[in-house]
Amino acid sequence: MTAGSLGSQNFAYQAIGAATLLALFVASLFVGVGELAIGSLASDPEALRLIMISRLPRTLAALLAGSALAIAGLVMQTLARNRFVEPSTAGTAQSAALGILVVTLVWPDASLGWKAAGAAVTALAGTSVFLMLAHRLPPTQPFLVPLFGLVYGGVIGAVAIFAAWHLDLLQYLEVWMTGEFSGILRGRYELLWVAGALVVLAWWTADRLTMLSLGRDVSIGLGLNYAGMLRLGLVIVSAITALAVVVVGTIPFVGLVAPNIVSRFAGENLRHTLPWVAGGGAALVLACDIIGRLIRFPYEVPVGTILGVVGAVLFLFLLLGRNRNG
Amino acid sequence: MIEIAGVSLALGGSRILDNVSLTVPKGGVTALVGPNGAGKSSLLSLIARLRPLQSGRITVDGLPVDTTPSRQLARIMAILRQDPGVASRLRVAELVGFGRFPHNRGRLTAKDREIVAASLEQFDLSDLALRFIDTLSGGQRQRALVAMTFCQGTDYILLDEPLNSLDMFHARNLMRTLRRIADEHGKTVLIVLHDINHAASYADRIVAMKDGAVIASGETGDIIRPDILESIFGFSMRVENIAGRLTVLHHA
Ligand SMILES: Nc1ncnc2c1ncn2[C@@H]1O[C@H](COP(=O)(O)OP(=O)(O)OP(=O)(O)O)[C@@H](O)[C@H]1O
Ligand SMILES: [Mg+2]
Repeated sequence: MTAGSLGSQNFAYQAIGAATLLALFVASLFVGVGELAIGSLASDPEALRLIMISRLPRTLAALLAGSALAIAGLVMQTLARNRFVEPSTAGTAQSAALGILVVTLVWPDASLGWKAAGAAVTALAGTSVFLMLAHRLPPTQPFLVPLFGLVYGGVIGAVAIFAAWHLDLLQYLEVWMTGEFSGILRGRYELLWVAGALVVLAWWTADRLTMLSLGRDVSIGLGLNYAGMLRLGLVIVSAITALAVVVVGTIPFVGLVAPNIVSRFAGENLRHTLPWVAGGGAALVLACDIIGRLIRFPYEVPVGTILGVVGAVLFLFLLLGRNRNG
Repeated sequence: MIEIAGVSLALGGSRILDNVSLTVPKGGVTALVGPNGAGKSSLLSLIARLRPLQSGRITVDGLPVDTTPSRQLARIMAILRQDPGVASRLRVAELVGFGRFPHNRGRLTAKDREIVAASLEQFDLSDLALRFIDTLSGGQRQRALVAMTFCQGTDYILLDEPLNSLDMFHARNLMRTLRRIADEHGKTVLIVLHDINHAASYADRIVAMKDGAVIASGETGDIIRPDILESIFGFSMRVENIAGRLTVLHHA
């Protein structure tokens, strides 16, 4: 394969990818309860209001959360040097939920921003402990790390549930534990732009993140500030997860599926693959949210539930086909 | 010049290096030999600041390795570890390109691309340039790592058993390449070798370690002698001059 043909092929893939994302974006604006035809926008001010207040914020939230969570998964996999971990299964999301619980308890009127800040702090602590313990597991057993993550996340989740039950806050916890976009309106999703900014930060540092995956010794040999990069990666993972949990709740599997599919086809040079992972995550979450709106129309199924099913199937498929085009 | 003065290292309660002092002059190939567990890799890790220095002092080109910024050291010294375990799914050309990172911080210039292409060519990797490294054979992957180390273009090159899993052709090619860059570009190569005949034919100097200490060091001709070799490796072997090359017959 010559570099030239690779380039034009890439361009074709990029065009297809962008078109898919755009189609999902438009579909998300026009699907749902509340009659809305594309033609009516110009004539009907009510239709425009619906779009601006509900549908556009919802669509943007899905786009931002999807891409950011995919990147959080990617970065977490780089930090753990294991392809099968992600924030929602390995304790980060559970730690974030625990953090919101604590903030809600000591300061019931805290704004979303403060809740997110509290969640980010506990997510950071929970993820640091996970990574510290994960690095001690033998690298010859790649499935030990995700299994350990499941147990670890399960324990923290159980602590959160126990505390919430004691404090009579179980309904709240339920909201943070299941991702849902139906409550998203203008003024209630804007924090996710911060998550979007973190995606840009990850892209900015893509080369250095890639080097982390080459291991500590190679990184240091090449003059990388290895410890500093680890810390930055931790902050990216924790902050994105905390923001997503506070605004839309936990959305599982995006961080696992999007990076794994992209890695299969395009490898792990993040400078090139990071836009694909972000776009893939956005498309996956948008598509699942649209499905959730249609499947029991006029009722809605939360995106977290849809992704639990779709993501699990996709992921099993990836696991089983792992060695085929290796 | 690499200067090592009074370096000791203890890990998990046992003494790994015991008051090692050594000078590796600038320019030329120095082979580091010795039995398994002698401390060769540990010493290399300390020189390459991959491990914190516990006692003593190490300078490379006059720069103390424990206080000089890592970025600055990466421009004068490259290290290839014995078992770097690179598991990332990168293409060969991308991996080799990361060798330029200390110079370009990630933005490949036209000159960088030239260096990468030359490195790939040098180690017979051009046809594999677009392959993912996790699909390569062990020796091919080792060559890719060697190419990345070369790409760093540093004056000092530390290689820990780089001949691991290389076939005879590529092992010879690597040793000849090292010889050439030392002769033509004045590079300083410190290389851990187990095949004593590679050391005998290509190295200017040999440093022998055993039980965490340097037990012999000098010009190749002064080390490749039956009595010294026996004191290092613990069995007797013949040394012959075959077609003008010192050859150790250690199979008998
Ligand atoms: N982290 C560690 N904890 C305890 N002992 C260690 C550690 N790392 C290395 N050692 C010990 O230090 C000694 C020197 O190890 P080193 O890897 O430097 O040997 P080497 O000369 O490179 O051997 P080889 O030829 O097998 O590569 C060995 O006895 C080894 O068991
Ligand atoms: Mg060794």
